Amino acid sequence: MSRRPGFVLEVDSSTPPTLFWNGEGFTRETLPEGSRVIYAPEPMKALDDPYGAIRHALLNPVGDRDPLPALLVAGMKLTICFDDISLPLPPMEAPDIRQMVIETVLDMAADAGVDDVMLIAALALHRRMTEAELRHALGDRVYDAFAPHGLLTQHDAEDPDNLIHLGQTESGEDIEINKRAATSDLLVYVNINLVAMDGGHKSVATGLASYKSLRHHHNPQTMRHSRSFMDAPASELHSSNWRMGRFIAEAGVKIFQIETTLNTDTFPSSFSFLQKREWEWNLRDRATYAATSRSLKGVPPRLARQIFHSIESPHAMTSVQAGEVEAVHAITTENVWKQQGVDVQGQSDILTMGLPYICPYNVNSIMNPILVACLGLGYFFNLYRGKPLVREGGVLILRHPTRPEFHPGHHPSYIDFYEQVLTQTVDPIAIHKQFEESFATDPWYIHLYRTGHAYHGVHPFYMWYWCAHALEHLGRVIIIGGDAKAVRRLGFSPASSLNDALEMASDVVGPSPTLTHLHAPPLMMADVH
Amino acid sequence: MSTLLFERSLPRFAAARIASSLGSGRGAGVGPLRLVEHDPPSLPGAGWVHVDPLLAGICGSDLSTLDGRSSRYFEDIVSFPFVPGHEVVGLLSADAVGADGSVLAAGTRVVLQPVLGCAARGIDPPCAACQSGHVGNCGFLAFGHIRPGLQTGFCADTGGGWSTTGLVAHSSQLFAVPEGFSDADAVTTEPVACAVHAVLGAGIRDGDVVAVLGAGTLGLTVTAALAHLAASGRCPPPRALLVGAKYTHQQRLAREFGATEALPADQLARAVRRHTHSLSFGGTTGETATLSGGADVVIDCVGSAASIGQSLSMVRPRGTVALVGMPGKVTIDLAPLWHREVRLCGAYAYGTEAVPGGAASPAPGARKKTVTKPAAKPLAKAAKVPTFTLAFEVVAAASTGRLVSATYPLERFEEAVAHAGAAGRRGAVKIAFDIRKGHTR
Repeated sequence: MSRRPGFVLEVDSSTPPTLFWNGEGFTRETLPEGSRVIYAPEPMKALDDPYGAIRHALLNPVGDRDPLPALLVAGMKLTICFDDISLPLPPMEAPDIRQMVIETVLDMAADAGVDDVMLIAALALHRRMTEAELRHALGDRVYDAFAPHGLLTQHDAEDPDNLIHLGQTESGEDIEINKRAATSDLLVYVNINLVAMDGGHKSVATGLASYKSLRHHHNPQTMRHSRSFMDAPASELHSSNWRMGRFIAEAGVKIFQIETTLNTDTFPSSFSFLQKREWEWNLRDRATYAATSRSLKGVPPRLARQIFHSIESPHAMTSVQAGEVEAVHAITTENVWKQQGVDVQGQSDILTMGLPYICPYNVNSIMNPILVACLGLGYFFNLYRGKPLVREGGVLILRHPTRPEFHPGHHPSYIDFYEQVLTQTVDPIAIHKQFEESFATDPWYIHLYRTGHAYHGVHPFYMWYWCAHALEHLGRVIIIGGDAKAVRRLGFSPASSLNDALEMASDVVGPSPTLTHLHAPPLMMADVH
Repeated sequence: MSTLLFERSLPRFAAARIASSLGSGRGAGVGPLRLVEHDPPSLPGAGWVHVDPLLAGICGSDLSTLDGRSSRYFEDIVSFPFVPGHEVVGLLSADAVGADGSVLAAGTRVVLQPVLGCAARGIDPPCAACQSGHVGNCGFLAFGHIRPGLQTGFCADTGGGWSTTGLVAHSSQLFAVPEGFSDADAVTTEPVACAVHAVLGAGIRDGDVVAVLGAGTLGLTVTAALAHLAASGRCPPPRALLVGAKYTHQQRLAREFGATEALPADQLARAVRRHTHSLSFGGTTGETATLSGGADVVIDCVGSAASIGQSLSMVRPRGTVALVGMPGKVTIDLAPLWHREVRLCGAYAYGTEAVPGGAASPAPGARKKTVTKPAAKPLAKAAKVPTFTLAFEVVAAASTGRLVSATYPLERFEEAVAHAGAAGRRGAVKIAFDIRKGHTR
């Protein structure tokens, strides 16, 4: 049976209640008749032979690149960089795609007699991965062969000895990236593309960059002019990364890009109802939903978090392409849209979404309020091409517990951002001007980033900037079921139920608003006409 | 004529101590404080005058006393029975001479500088501290022609503000209330004076990071005093004034009074760390424990073992911790004080202050806008000024009368004291007794 494309349902009296994610849990809401619900396309068929497909891609590169074996010669310096813990979401069942690709690359390097090989996790300003996380991403064989010898490292954006300033783009953007990667004879980048903005020149220009480089595009102005992040021609973030990427290529850094795409098979069979349309739930789905919801209600948040973060996704590879960055990424983007694209006609007054327990920056960690805002306003709001799902001046209604909880080891500067910055202003421009540099250069945050597992001091600012476009576009943001104090701290309005939220929204959009619900995850991207 | 009288009674002390374990101020009904009919105190001698209180505040030290938790150190400089109330605005019942030598007509509204120093005690020559204008440090508080008592409100001979029968005050204690001040403004002058003295004694230097721990009346008035004195060139301006405040209304007021940042008390050390770009060690992960650097000056307006410990953990090596909140018997680890050569100093009461330029020339009654950003005004030549004169300026600039959140008649003293004990939790700051005749509440 062929897979079904994405679907826009119009709610009527016979529509069963719609599933809303609610952090480490979920609930069902009865949406007003006439509301639209957008469902993700069903998963594309996985590649039958992933290792074979990877090998084929490496031997048949696209763009101006020779096959990988032809680029590998004894005595060369080879660096393999790979996406970090932020991808994919949830973490995938073993073997991870990175493991499959890197093992294949290493086999080819070994065949060519290359012995100066270094692996680098492209962290940018994210937290360092733990040994367990690295083993999961790379597999024990790769980890044990490289880590004990110091040949598996994680990009350190604050290590002056291992950064190189390549120059400035014509727009004055500094290019400062990982020295080992930039000075290698060949840089192989291994990517996992979860959404359309991943990959391409962003892999190296962002993943291996320093704050000095990143600040040129991770700022409120760039984010406000990225409409959306997923729509490359309309994204200033994309444009900036592309300018930088081309500069890096012209500076002589030879990159062999390997990109992969995933299907939307996001949750294991025990949670299969999460990616089904509610009216198609069978008896088992209903029973699982009821039992899971009931048991989660009695579980402390910490335990619920552990349960959810132990989920490993079955999502599988749908394509792999390798070669020159831009040629590769064009195919990747097309494949991502093929899997995730949904045609939607027109905007609505209200957009609703239930936010899950995970975003790129809290894998094995806590979804703090800033990340809640980022996931809702930064990521989900931007899952569009053309125009946003909600009209300008409309209302975004999120559902999430939004507890004022933070992982002190992973997000130390987030705590201070929440307590010391958001208490003074929620305006991204003011925050950028008044506070960013102080956090970005704070030696304690730098110390924790370099030696612990902390996100860089400036990272919460970036999360807030991700929201900048939505904050400018929306008339109001309401969070259902969130901690009222935390929700207000974010500058949003708390509501106790969907009905309350709709009543509050009516102050902004009138009494008979149109409503669209984004039924994600699984992820989708709306092509809004 | 009603008076709240505090008597020496061990069983009642014990009862108050037990009751206050349920919360500060909960022991007023069972403790040594009673509402009685009482004659006005007689004038101890020349230079004394009767004062009829209008408003009288309830202070943290009053609460400690009522809770049976104040230090035994005070036993010999207090005489029983006494009428509490040292934060007082009242009316002169007869002509008198003020502390500055001016003639004050009967009916003049005055605030009391309550310390009972050598002048009030008729001791001549006065002690060294009084001679140098530091009346708060008077060494003869147990001597002279009145019974022991460190302040009005703790002396059996003077009466206190919590009374409709009035109190007696010495001319050295009298300051005329500036025009334009409300009674609420005036009654905050005494705690503001404490704050002024604390700020000027803390050794703040230009560009320092100053942390204020606690944002009850003292913490807030310290914040207002520092902001005003820095803006008016009487104190070097700090680079950052960080205030740890438990409650949101306290945080809001601290910001309005000029705090660079006001945040929950448990976040203060993190803010200090961030503003001083210090590292943190001794804790796990990102939580602050001891800072590699820290604030140049920490002003502890709480005075508990926990707050002193917290102050020591966030002050820089060779920095200063000023204790403004009245501490009792506490157990703290002084190793960091020793190792980091921290200066721990007390800040009590008032007297005269040596400040550049002396007092401001405009009448203190003229209201000024609250200062939010201390400007770096060049410091002029120092001159001696009564602390209360500077306090009047701060009261006017910051409108500290708004700190008076509720007033009670004496008859409802149990409620008043309970409210004061739970002021922060109940969204209040300063609770006062309203003794104005015919005033409805």
